[in-house]
Amino acid sequence: MAFEDIGGIIAMQGFAGLSLFSVLLLMALGLAIIFGQMGVINMAHGEFMTIGAYTIYLFTSLAQAHLPSLAPYSFVIAIGGAFLIAFVVGYLAEYLLIRHLYRRPLDTLLATWGLSLGMQQIFRSTFGAKEVSPEVPEWLLGSFQPVEGIDIPINGVFVMGLTLLVTGVVFILLYRSRWGLCVRATVANRTMSNAVGINTKKVDRLTFAIGCGIAGIAGAAFTTIGSTGPTSGSLYIVDSFLVVTFGGAASLLGTIASAFGIAQTQSITEFFLTGSMAKVLTLLLIVTILMIRPQGLFAAKIRR
Amino acid sequence: MTTKRLPLLSPERGLGSIIALAAVIFVLFPLVFDIFRLNLIGKYLSYAFVAVGLVLLWGYGGILSLGQGVFFGLGGYCMAMFLKLEASDPVSTKIQSTPGIPDFMDWNQLTALPAFWEPFKFLPFALLAMLVIPAALAYVMGAAMFKRRVGGVYFAIITQAVALILSVLIIGQQGYTGGVNGITDLKTLLGWDIRTESAKYILYYANGVLLIGAILVCRHLLSSKLGMLLLALRDKEDRVRFSGYDVANFKIFVFCFAAMLCAVGGALFTLQVGFMSPSFVGIVPSIEMVIFAAVGGRLSLVGAVYGTLLVNFGKTYFSETFPDLWLLLMAALFIGVVLGFPNGLAGLWESHVKPWWRRRGNATRLPVVGEARQGGVMADDKPALRERDGAPVINTTASGVSAMSPSPASPTWRSAN
Repeated sequence: MAFEDIGGIIAMQGFAGLSLFSVLLLMALGLAIIFGQMGVINMAHGEFMTIGAYTIYLFTSLAQAHLPSLAPYSFVIAIGGAFLIAFVVGYLAEYLLIRHLYRRPLDTLLATWGLSLGMQQIFRSTFGAKEVSPEVPEWLLGSFQPVEGIDIPINGVFVMGLTLLVTGVVFILLYRSRWGLCVRATVANRTMSNAVGINTKKVDRLTFAIGCGIAGIAGAAFTTIGSTGPTSGSLYIVDSFLVVTFGGAASLLGTIASAFGIAQTQSITEFFLTGSMAKVLTLLLIVTILMIRPQGLFAAKIRR
Repeated sequence: MTTKRLPLLSPERGLGSIIALAAVIFVLFPLVFDIFRLNLIGKYLSYAFVAVGLVLLWGYGGILSLGQGVFFGLGGYCMAMFLKLEASDPVSTKIQSTPGIPDFMDWNQLTALPAFWEPFKFLPFALLAMLVIPAALAYVMGAAMFKRRVGGVYFAIITQAVALILSVLIIGQQGYTGGVNGITDLKTLLGWDIRTESAKYILYYANGVLLIGAILVCRHLLSSKLGMLLLALRDKEDRVRFSGYDVANFKIFVFCFAAMLCAVGGALFTLQVGFMSPSFVGIVPSIEMVIFAAVGGRLSLVGAVYGTLLVNFGKTYFSETFPDLWLLLMAALFIGVVLGFPNGLAGLWESHVKPWWRRRGNATRLPVVGEARQGGVMADDKPALRERDGAPVINTTASGVSAMSPSPASPTWRSAN
């Protein structure tokens, strides 16, 4: 009996860690492309997630009002919509703002912080200051019990599955597609890529937009876990940056590994300590490791 | 760009603008504003310490720290801890279940003063801690990162994470730090009531004197070899390193110095406002402090003060009257300063106001300038020149004259027109 309890606790704890891992990874994937590959500090990354979340809110409330029969599927369609809208906004942001600042990374940081403030205000004016939570379809609610005493929430499984899917797609895009080849070439050597006929400006714009689109998907997925407010994006931003930096900026595998490590550390410390102390300890650990090993877990093989 | 920036460095320049700033702080503001507004300005001026530190660190050193709020907060908390202990003597806290400890500790069921609070009963220790703790933290962070040649973006992200850690820690440890509310109800400094009007005047002036002093010290640092080296390592770090300098040590020094400036600002903030809370420590205030320096001009010590004042006036005004507009305006400010005016107000002053002023001045003095310098360039002056120059240049042809004259004379002449 006692042994089964402990087993159950370990299983639940493991699941909590995995769930946090998928959340962190989904958050960081878009940034891994934008910051890791392009080297652009997008402080408005969290707001692109919020765009995704509000898109879900808008889609599901519209579907409920006008097409109630579609309601169970509208969530899946809305995730596509979240990607598209975040993609378009990201494309515009790159065109209007980011492309002027590629040579000044620290200034990009300030400008995108400004962008994030502006977006927060726009959210507040449009959707109100109160937090909203979209109607989650019924098949995402509740939990299932594979064994007696183990409760696994379905929305956690859904986020995990989505993370797996998005990570897979990003991998294929980056390492098996024409666009991925262009991105990696541009990252490796911009001048040479230009010389062999890659339109690097176009690649930049598309890369940034895709990164933002993935952020939109992440935000959409998070609506199943928590509610969305105008400033919820700012909660994610430091975590996302730390995940990407800790993993070694240019490495997608590193991002996955660091998201896993951070999630497990945090969920294990959370078991023994209060939430805020667990957060402090985890962050402190990451910062200390980054100070000792600034290149992160998986260092890119480039000469500095 | 570089040639434009260099004049800001030269030691004989900029004293006038510091005197003007002192006049504004010490004479103009007290005359124009009542004590309530003046106290508000005093609060802004305590932020200006951070902005001045950032000019050194970011403008000249090229090191962007997004964690200056940490040092501001540490300084402020050191001062607040001392004041809080003084305010919670056993007599005035006798209604508590444990008299003699700060009220928030009592609310959190603490029955004794935590050990790390004990030494803050003594002002000298509190003042020392206010300077030493931020500097020590800055030293540890700086030494860990600059020695490993971590800079730029990574440094910014890590300092930001430190800001997050400290604010989460302060909020989480409510019993020891006062939590979200911070340390409030500060009353006296060594028996001197800091809430009276006269105390507010005195603190305002003390703040002003310290700020001007800090600017003078920074100006001295920048006009010394250190300033030159900072600029050099911002622009071409490797070359400075190859010249035999230990780049990391200079960066660490500037980071620690800026941290101490922030701490002084934080302590003055606590004294003038009467409380300290984690809302001045986290990520958002830390980035806002960067925008103070950016708006004022990241290369101008005096500009940073004006930038701080302007942004905060704007914030107070807009968040009172048009709360919806403020964030949008702030967004425009961030983007505009970065895209349009990288050198901020000071840059605009240097590139637009000053030349315009000079043009205006020269237009009235033109005859004088013409008399002294125009010789040789204008046709009707040529005979006079030949006569004046006399025999040695008697054979000089028109081409000879034109070859020698443009160098000193023509630039002035052209700009005068």
